[in-house]
Amino acid sequence: MKSSQSAALERRKFFADPVMVITIALLTVLLALFILYPLAMLLLDSIYVRETSLVPVSQVRAGTADVPLSEDGTIRVLDNKGKAVDVQPDALEGAWGCLYAKNGRVLKEGDEIDPENVYVKVQKRYVTFDAFPRIFADYTFNTAFFNTLKLGMITSFGSVIIGLMFAYVDCYVNVRSRAVRKMFDVVSTLPVVSPPFVLSLSMILLFGRGGLITRELLGIYDSNVYGMWGIAIVQTLTFFPVCYMMLKGLLKNIDPSMEEAARNMGAGRMKVFTTVTLPLMLPGLGNAFLVTFIESVADFANPMMIGGSYDTLATTIYLRITGGSYDTNGAAAMAVVLLSITLVLFLIQKYYLEAKTAATLSGKASRARALIDDRSVRVPLTILCSLISAFVIMMYIAIPFGALFKLWGRDYSLSLKWFQQLFRDDGFKAFKDSFLLSLIASPITALLSMIISYLVVKKRFRGKAFIEFVSMLAMAVPGTVLGVGFIRGFAGGVFRTGFLQGIYGTGIILVIVFVVRSLPVGTRSGISALRQIDKSIEESAYDLGAGSAKVFLSVTLPLIKDSFLSGLVTTFVRSITAISAVILLVTPRYLLITCRINEFAEKGAYGVACAYATILIVITYAAIVIMNWVIKHFGTSKAVRLKEE
Amino acid sequence: MAQKEKKGVRLDHISKIYNDPKTGKAFYAVRDVSLVIEPGSFVTLLGPSGCGKTTTLRMIAGFESPDEGEIYLGEEPINALMPNKRDTAMVFQSYALFPHYNVYDNVAYGLKLRKMPKREMDERIAKILDLVELTGMETRMTHQLSGGQQQRVALARAMVVEPSVLLFDEPLSNLDAKLRVSMRTEIRRIQQTLGITAVYVTHDQAEAMAISDHIIIMNKGVIAQMGTPEEIYHHPQSEFVADFIGEVNFLEGDVTAVGEGACTVSIDGHAVQVANPDGFEVGKRCKLVLRPEAGILADTGALPCKVALSCFMGAYQNYHVMVGDTLVKLADYCPVGRKVYRVGDTAYLSFREGCVHML
Repeated sequence: MKSSQSAALERRKFFADPVMVITIALLTVLLALFILYPLAMLLLDSIYVRETSLVPVSQVRAGTADVPLSEDGTIRVLDNKGKAVDVQPDALEGAWGCLYAKNGRVLKEGDEIDPENVYVKVQKRYVTFDAFPRIFADYTFNTAFFNTLKLGMITSFGSVIIGLMFAYVDCYVNVRSRAVRKMFDVVSTLPVVSPPFVLSLSMILLFGRGGLITRELLGIYDSNVYGMWGIAIVQTLTFFPVCYMMLKGLLKNIDPSMEEAARNMGAGRMKVFTTVTLPLMLPGLGNAFLVTFIESVADFANPMMIGGSYDTLATTIYLRITGGSYDTNGAAAMAVVLLSITLVLFLIQKYYLEAKTAATLSGKASRARALIDDRSVRVPLTILCSLISAFVIMMYIAIPFGALFKLWGRDYSLSLKWFQQLFRDDGFKAFKDSFLLSLIASPITALLSMIISYLVVKKRFRGKAFIEFVSMLAMAVPGTVLGVGFIRGFAGGVFRTGFLQGIYGTGIILVIVFVVRSLPVGTRSGISALRQIDKSIEESAYDLGAGSAKVFLSVTLPLIKDSFLSGLVTTFVRSITAISAVILLVTPRYLLITCRINEFAEKGAYGVACAYATILIVITYAAIVIMNWVIKHFGTSKAVRLKEE
Repeated sequence: MAQKEKKGVRLDHISKIYNDPKTGKAFYAVRDVSLVIEPGSFVTLLGPSGCGKTTTLRMIAGFESPDEGEIYLGEEPINALMPNKRDTAMVFQSYALFPHYNVYDNVAYGLKLRKMPKREMDERIAKILDLVELTGMETRMTHQLSGGQQQRVALARAMVVEPSVLLFDEPLSNLDAKLRVSMRTEIRRIQQTLGITAVYVTHDQAEAMAISDHIIIMNKGVIAQMGTPEEIYHHPQSEFVADFIGEVNFLEGDVTAVGEGACTVSIDGHAVQVANPDGFEVGKRCKLVLRPEAGILADTGALPCKVALSCFMGAYQNYHVMVGDTLVKLADYCPVGRKVYRVGDTAYLSFREGCVHML
């Protein structure tokens, strides 16, 4: 009985709105080109082999060489410009430009030629999965693979436990001191906004061989922070705030009456926690675990800085690429392995656990929870959380001092010489470049993500699922993988045709990477903001005569202004602190702060590295402060927020 | 205002098919609906939730596309027009005011889209705000207004663009009972003042009766009955319609004799005289539709009954009586000076002339 009239009418209405049609088409192309295409190229590179080899002409003649012959008897050889040329085997003698000596030198007409030493270059192309067994047999890669998984397990386990503890204290325990609560707030937001390797840097400064605490205070001279435990501690401290925020949201949604019912029936506090609270949280804990796992596996900066000889997949791939390995298939295959890990986890997390979390914990708590005042619970938990907080804060304080002390480990007198050196060097250019590129990326990302969320939440059209999935997909793609994908995809232009090759090595490609990396975050916040808005508000605007673009600009965007503003700043902060993808793509034309910090830290020049990091933290912190101020004074009006509640 | 030519709406065999999200099966949300709304008239789509009334309204507005049939605005088919190209304006259940605009900007939204000069726009807005009695509120933000005021802003915003048709989607259901009554009078007054064509969706039958020139009752996607409020109340064509509008009792019986304009119906062996509409023959089973106020209790009469409940409600005496096994609810208005029956009394039920309808 299904009639197609409504479908046809919907289509006619859809195409009567050119702005929307063009927007959707453009978005689809952009997403395909800058997210799917590089990943597809990576996949292709890992299984598609182009092998060039030199074959003696004499063997070609004799027919004993393994050379692809076409039907009319020609063979396809590569000339000295790398172009394919079809030649008759008989005519090979005079095919100058296609003839090589054994060492690969191009033979020219008039060269003295030994007939036994004339070669042609042929290319074989075939599909093979050989690269995968090969890389797994490779000791370095194999170690890195298991290192990555082990690290992911430890880090996510630690982050979830600490995050849960903080969330529990925040939601259940009556922390009397306001200062302690304030400290929790600071600690939970600091690692989210700070550059990724700051904690590694301060870890080295405080606990390394010349560490302030290990050496000066404890007198340990052979302390070694480099390696798995160093990375694990730093990653845990970096990622637990994410778990904390996620779990806090869940705990807030648990109806206290459920726990009160259990208490009422005679269960002790521990019993309530293990039989009611924890089971309700289980999918949420799994969710937090996977999110952290993905972050840990994808993390590049920390293993790079504090990993020492403990290599992970991300650093191994980076070293292979920059180390000039000729095994392009192998490097691509490694990236594919890394991508597969994060992608599978992402799919489980997004399509299984998220739905499950929403199913067990939906709706709001009916009323406020009676906070635990019991000393035996309150005191130990508060002390534990305070210690962790104090530790994190100390780590951050070490950074500016690292920049202010004359020589860390030797001379702890204050000086500005590292800052002076920074600006005497090309520090100013690094800040200008990083700042400018991030500043360009942020409005693009913010606007794009708002448009995508608008289309996804409010519109019906074919290809919507594609747009939603691909823009979220970038969340699961480790920066290193994206970087390698961009190299493979654009170094020779799109599909190696030279199209868009111009952007490779320029600031444009860096901006594109920034946009791609931040798009999922902005889109997610836009989608959740838009879901709160009654669809009839936009319908009434349509009904009064506004077209799609007008509705978006005059109604939708003003209503999700907060989300837009935070998208703006989040992108800026994420971009200016990004390293994993851009370190593979940056050229000497641009200096990026993060890459400079990495360079200096590698050289052991911690003073300058700290000076860079200090200024970077000041910039990101200022951006956040400005955003909060703007949202408070010029954000979505209070009324809109009230209505959403 | 409203100097331009008035337009009506015509629905020509409209159907809308949806897929049930649970079973995935397709079903008709609206099935073969044809109706003509005269220019300047006030028509209400009335029915229980899920009957397809809102879907029909949204198809007129253009938010949904019909699977079968064509919708005309005046003489123009509008199936393929987007909502913003249709000369309709809708008042939403949730008001759908723009929370980031003040009252003036909300009302001005449609006019600005029509690129109206500022002077003319100000005049129009002043006039319409005066009509909905919101003069002086121009700079208020919408959240500073009460529910009734918000409703009137929504009304003003829809009317100020002088649409050919005003569409109302249960606009009063978020208001409290008292406000609902005064607002519906208001809406009717304004609609009459402007002479605008209006289509109104509600599930509240009292609202529908109070406000409409014509009522269209829908059930399970099809039109159950169309007519004036009086026709629908007094001459329901089906049990559903009778039951849906007001309180009703059904008495089953057999037609035993048919005379000129009247017939005799036997209920539980007791013969009762009823005005005979066409189409009933001797021997046919029938149902008498009895409104509570159409029955009279007396000490003598044709139909004996037993009083099961008797209570004083102020304006009327409420009775539940058993006629055989059938419970009949009655309302005896202004009972002062008449006999009041007590529980357990036996009485005789008779009908007010012309107030009983046969199905």
